[in-house]
Amino acid sequence: MGKMKNLLLMTLLVLSSFSISAKQILLGPNSNSQEEIQEALIDLEPGDILTLEPGEYFFEDGISLDVNDVIFEGSGIDNTILDFGDQVSGAQGLLVTSDGVTLRDFAVLDAKGDAIKVIGADGISMIRLKTEWTGGPKETNGAYGFYPVESKDVLIDGCVAIGASDAGIYVGQSQNIIVKNSVAQYNVAGIEIENSYYADVFDNLASHNTGGILVFDLPDLPQQGGHHVRVFRNKAINNDTDNFAPEGNIVGEVPRGTGIIIQANSDIEVFDNDIYGNGTVNLSIVTYGYETEDENYNPHPKSIQIHNNRFGDGGFDPDVGTGELAAILFELSDGDMPDIFWDGILPMNQMLFGQPDDERLVISNNGDATFLTLNPIKYLLPFFDPVERDIKEYDGEVRPLPEVILN
Amino acid sequence: MKKTSLLLSIVFSITSLYAVDNELILEKKFPKKLSDFHFFKDTHAQIPSKGVVPYELISSLFSDYSYKQRWVYVPEGRKASFRKDKVFDFPVGSALIKTFYYPIDERNLSLGKKLMETRLLLRKQNGWEAVSYAWNENQDEAIIKKAGKTILTDWIDFKGENRSVRYRVPNKNQCKECHSNNDAVMPIGPKARNLNKIYDYQDESINQLTKWMKLDYIDNIQIDLNTPVNWEDDNHSLEARVRSYLDINCGHCHISTGGANSTGLYLDLTESRPTHLGINKKPVATGRGSGGHEFSISPGKAEESILLYRMISTDPGVMMPESGRSLTHTEAIEMIEDWISSM
Repeated sequence: MGKMKNLLLMTLLVLSSFSISAKQILLGPNSNSQEEIQEALIDLEPGDILTLEPGEYFFEDGISLDVNDVIFEGSGIDNTILDFGDQVSGAQGLLVTSDGVTLRDFAVLDAKGDAIKVIGADGISMIRLKTEWTGGPKETNGAYGFYPVESKDVLIDGCVAIGASDAGIYVGQSQNIIVKNSVAQYNVAGIEIENSYYADVFDNLASHNTGGILVFDLPDLPQQGGHHVRVFRNKAINNDTDNFAPEGNIVGEVPRGTGIIIQANSDIEVFDNDIYGNGTVNLSIVTYGYETEDENYNPHPKSIQIHNNRFGDGGFDPDVGTGELAAILFELSDGDMPDIFWDGILPMNQMLFGQPDDERLVISNNGDATFLTLNPIKYLLPFFDPVERDIKEYDGEVRPLPEVILN
Repeated sequence: MKKTSLLLSIVFSITSLYAVDNELILEKKFPKKLSDFHFFKDTHAQIPSKGVVPYELISSLFSDYSYKQRWVYVPEGRKASFRKDKVFDFPVGSALIKTFYYPIDERNLSLGKKLMETRLLLRKQNGWEAVSYAWNENQDEAIIKKAGKTILTDWIDFKGENRSVRYRVPNKNQCKECHSNNDAVMPIGPKARNLNKIYDYQDESINQLTKWMKLDYIDNIQIDLNTPVNWEDDNHSLEARVRSYLDINCGHCHISTGGANSTGLYLDLTESRPTHLGINKKPVATGRGSGGHEFSISPGKAEESILLYRMISTDPGVMMPESGRSLTHTEAIEMIEDWISSM
């Protein structure tokens, strides 16, 4: 009896937290879908669900959602298709600017700019969605498939991202992030976490991109100093697509055949991943390579832990024509490319006097993975070989990072 | 006695017909017709009602060469308060009214015009709300368009050339794309600094801020503002013209409190840090918007500057601003080209 009462009370609470008149709106495809769907998205009220029936929906303009706590859903990524191939205005296919939104079960195809952009959301769930540029990897494809930025409590679960000319799944300047069970293929970057705090990236497949999984941090931005990112149980494999990013973009520097790159950032833990089939290098840890006058920016990666990963073949087809990384590495290694590369660049005082223990790079239990780093002091002096390949030097105790829990 | 009261009620109903409907401004639902607000005595001719005052900006935002007429309404007995470098803090019940139109022929404005839409910003109890009304074929009424509208139209430009445009009436969300500051809807134009110029009112020619003070729309303020210039007036320095143009066209979004703050590119009038103004600044999430160029502004190299590339483009995945433009603003492009080349 008491249980029953509790259940009833809970139901009431749930109901009253939304507007009493929460409703589901069902729309099917027709010649006026653009206006009909946009108007429905504007007229939604918190608690409402907008459901698109199976079918193809064609758009000339981007559509947008600015109502909190609603669900916008289709009937499956192969059934409900939002086609932006004839788009003439709007910088993205779908734009979300409100909080607590769930998007699920539809596909966004051939947007002229980004496919799904979410800006400034407090809570956004993207579940079983697909973004794709259907003409294959092309410089004229939009930059991002999934593009949450300046958001909190971001969930990307069971999504598919194909063909983005920058990153398939890109989370920028956000915090509290989970990207899981997703597939990123034929993008320049498969999955990219940039200038973000507290992200868990796991159980994803990143393959046939230029680079599989990127954790980056850039200067001169409102949120920087990315930290606490866990990358685990992913497959970063067979990333073999030529870099097709328009020049000028940071991912344009990523060589074809990169499994995982960590650039700048602190407190990154990469573990239990399968990383193989990447023709340039399976994993690199690098410093931000450009000059910046931003005094608040730390270009060096620190407190990075790489452990218990399974490395397979890598470095068999270095892309020396893209960026500088592959060419430098090829030269340093004499063609014997490592699985794991660290550029060894540290702040000057640390190069001279060493790193604090808790900032040191830890590489443990990665099977027979090979390693290469550069001793920058020796690099500057004549007659010394700056290349160091002893991975055991970096063996150390792993201090696991906390799990990300979304609010 | 009876006669007087009848007369009085007639007079009253006539004047109330010409008076703005204060309650309607505050209501949650927007009326279907623009005329319901009574902002105009004559809707078609756009003759403003009492308290509805026309104004102009020193430089204005490019909207596909459309012309704009603006009015402000502040309810009687209330005042907007001054905020330096920000839009006036208008009292609840205020309205900003802006009609977009194309002249039939720019060389001869007396040939008439085609009204496109009238956008409203209404200061409700909980903040500003934006909505647009599109004019009908007869040009005697404008009807609400929450989901926006596409209008194909044309006009003859000042060179005598036929121009056509795919004009977009923005939907409610698109209004917010530009009119968003710290996540709230906010007007862009009516900052004191943008109004600091003479306007030819029916009764006098006088500085707009002085007029607003006389009308008691604002408190007395010192008019020593960080004033932009009219970018079209080449008596001013190139630098001042460009910064004024970028401010009114880009600075509402490209500012640390605006929608594009994640880019780190800030183009409002008060920004002085070279990197944040785009000088030798690498793009962040630009994608193919970079056009293969390395920096937002490459000093001396206009043709290698992303900022200019995106202003020239009309490809929705590349162009800036992201909305409200489908044509290239040739005259402004030339000016910015000169500016970057001269660096």
